[in-house]
Amino acid sequence: MTVIHPNLEQLDAKMSAKDVSVFYSEKQAIDNVSIDVPTGHVTAFIGPSGCGKSTFLRVLNRMNDTIPTARVEGTIELDGEDIYRSGMDVVQLRARVGMVFQKPNPFPKSIYDNIAYGPKIHGLAESREELDEVVERSLTRAGLWEEVKDRLLDSGTALSGGQQQRLCIARAIAVDPEVILMDEPCSALDPIATAKIEELIAELTDRYAIVIVTHSMQQAARVSQRTAFFHLGKIVEYGQTKDIFTNPIEERTKDYITGRYG
Amino acid sequence: MSEAIISEGIRPTRTDEFRRRLEKRYKAERRFKLAGLSAILISVAVLIFLLGNMTFNGLGGFQRAEIDVSIDLSQSGIAGDSSTLSGGDALQVLQRQGLPDVVQFYAEQSLGEEAAQGISSEAWRDVANDIIADTSILREEVTFSLAATDDLASGLKDEGSAEMQALADRLEADGVLASNFDPGFLARSDATSPQKVGIWGALKGSILTMIVTLLLAFPIGVLAALYLEEYAPKNRWTDVIEVSINNLAAVPSIIFGLLGLAVFLWMFPNLRSAPLIGGMTLALMTMPVIVISGRNAIKAVPPSIRDGALAIGASPVQVVFHHVLPLALPGILTGTIIGMARALGETAPLLMIGMRAFVATAPDGFTSPATVLPVQIFLWSDEIDRGFVERTSAAIIILLLFLLLMNGLAIYLRNKFEKTW
Repeated sequence: MTVIHPNLEQLDAKMSAKDVSVFYSEKQAIDNVSIDVPTGHVTAFIGPSGCGKSTFLRVLNRMNDTIPTARVEGTIELDGEDIYRSGMDVVQLRARVGMVFQKPNPFPKSIYDNIAYGPKIHGLAESREELDEVVERSLTRAGLWEEVKDRLLDSGTALSGGQQQRLCIARAIAVDPEVILMDEPCSALDPIATAKIEELIAELTDRYAIVIVTHSMQQAARVSQRTAFFHLGKIVEYGQTKDIFTNPIEERTKDYITGRYG
Repeated sequence: MSEAIISEGIRPTRTDEFRRRLEKRYKAERRFKLAGLSAILISVAVLIFLLGNMTFNGLGGFQRAEIDVSIDLSQSGIAGDSSTLSGGDALQVLQRQGLPDVVQFYAEQSLGEEAAQGISSEAWRDVANDIIADTSILREEVTFSLAATDDLASGLKDEGSAEMQALADRLEADGVLASNFDPGFLARSDATSPQKVGIWGALKGSILTMIVTLLLAFPIGVLAALYLEEYAPKNRWTDVIEVSINNLAAVPSIIFGLLGLAVFLWMFPNLRSAPLIGGMTLALMTMPVIVISGRNAIKAVPPSIRDGALAIGASPVQVVFHHVLPLALPGILTGTIIGMARALGETAPLLMIGMRAFVATAPDGFTSPATVLPVQIFLWSDEIDRGFVERTSAAIIILLLFLLLMNGLAIYLRNKFEKTW
């Protein structure tokens, strides 16, 4: 069903979904989706509102477990290991697959504690010095260190929206995950803050497999190497980003790209 | 141009009709504001009347009629020092040495026989307590302010029999009888005479009862609220539990008293009137209030905080204890204090479990017989002696101050833990 663009590079999959369907009670939100996500690349999910791309993203680190009526069929593998098998440790999974949300959601704690929280609960830092180091490294990688290094004990919620979102990204990479899922990370930000986040995504690409859901096709074109077009709970087309945007095969993809609906 | 003006005139938002409707809306708003303001004024007036009345009546309750008597202790033959007059039997030692007679003798000498009758027969205890506190006064002549009898006290207030009023007038004119501030009111316990009563027994009983209530109701209420909000599946059973808890919060308090009588006193028959049983009974009543306010506070924690913590790999327990509970704490504390304040003022259930007994000493602990402030107020308001009226008002002031203290604490804690996000 899904049209795989012929130019799509064959790469080792970090995460691999096979025939995944998601139901909320009786309503089917995702219908037989199969997709591979490689490391070292940004994969963008685009599509009109309500097409299931956010739902699919939340399935990838089992955040949907918090919704009691949600049910997942099919298999999703992380390094060849089914994350929905019984006995899978969800806590460990979420430490390996981090997530950044649509609206910046820093904890109402200090900037330092926001970053240190993940390493602390997972016991990733042996000493106070090591923790300091992790905090500095994460904030530096998120491009926030220079702006906040003199006020690490200020509340994270006192930062501007764009800074808060970079704080959330720093928080996610503080536990050194393998995959980072981003659910419309720039939709609540102004263009300058958006540009900074996009720059940051580009810098993070080499180390992580990044999956980003976005409503902005320009953003998908700017930051991603691969793009999947979702429509009505299905992936219509999946390929190299430049192929999807310049040379789509499916009619529906073409209509969406050119702004005819969505 | 003229056409433009005409067309402006016919726009629906520029017509006279629109302006009239606007005027009506403003009028309605002014009426509503006025109604709200008068509601506030009425409640403030009632509050001021209540507090003013209580203070006015109650200030007299902190005083008692006292007669000044000079006693030369060095001539009295009473002996002792800090070593012989220590421990629980010091009063008996002084009594055996004839202290009551000494007091009686000096009173008759300085006031005359008739006036000496106006001194309370228990007045020597005050002298004895002063001696125990400082034995060096045994070598001196000291002027003591001794409690007058109830009759003389009412005579001083121009009440009671004519002869007592005359005696009181004479003694007052001589400058030996006066209404003095009575610090002992805060240190003594219940008694049969308004000149001798104190509030400390009831206050301590209330404090002990509140401690038991808090220790039982707070953890159980908070854990129940957390479980219901964070873990319990939403199904028919949790619906039933929710309705039951809401109903429990509305059950009349006397029913809880009957429950305490039937269950707790059946389990511990020796603990009648004990703060432990009182606290357990009030905890039953306070717990649903804490559960309901706790659930609302937990619900108000934004889901994005939970998501953020879960997505970084926090386990559900860590999410609850690191994020949800600290953010919900101000709300939970507010609800707890409201529940506790209600429990503090509760009388009916405690009457059922025997806390209305006459208890003349302050409770030693959680299992000794006690009474509480509202019950003490209820008991004193039932007394025939006029002297109790002022004492009742004074007790009410103490209860209100206690309540004010608890509410102040609640506001302090709420502001301390409040966080913005």
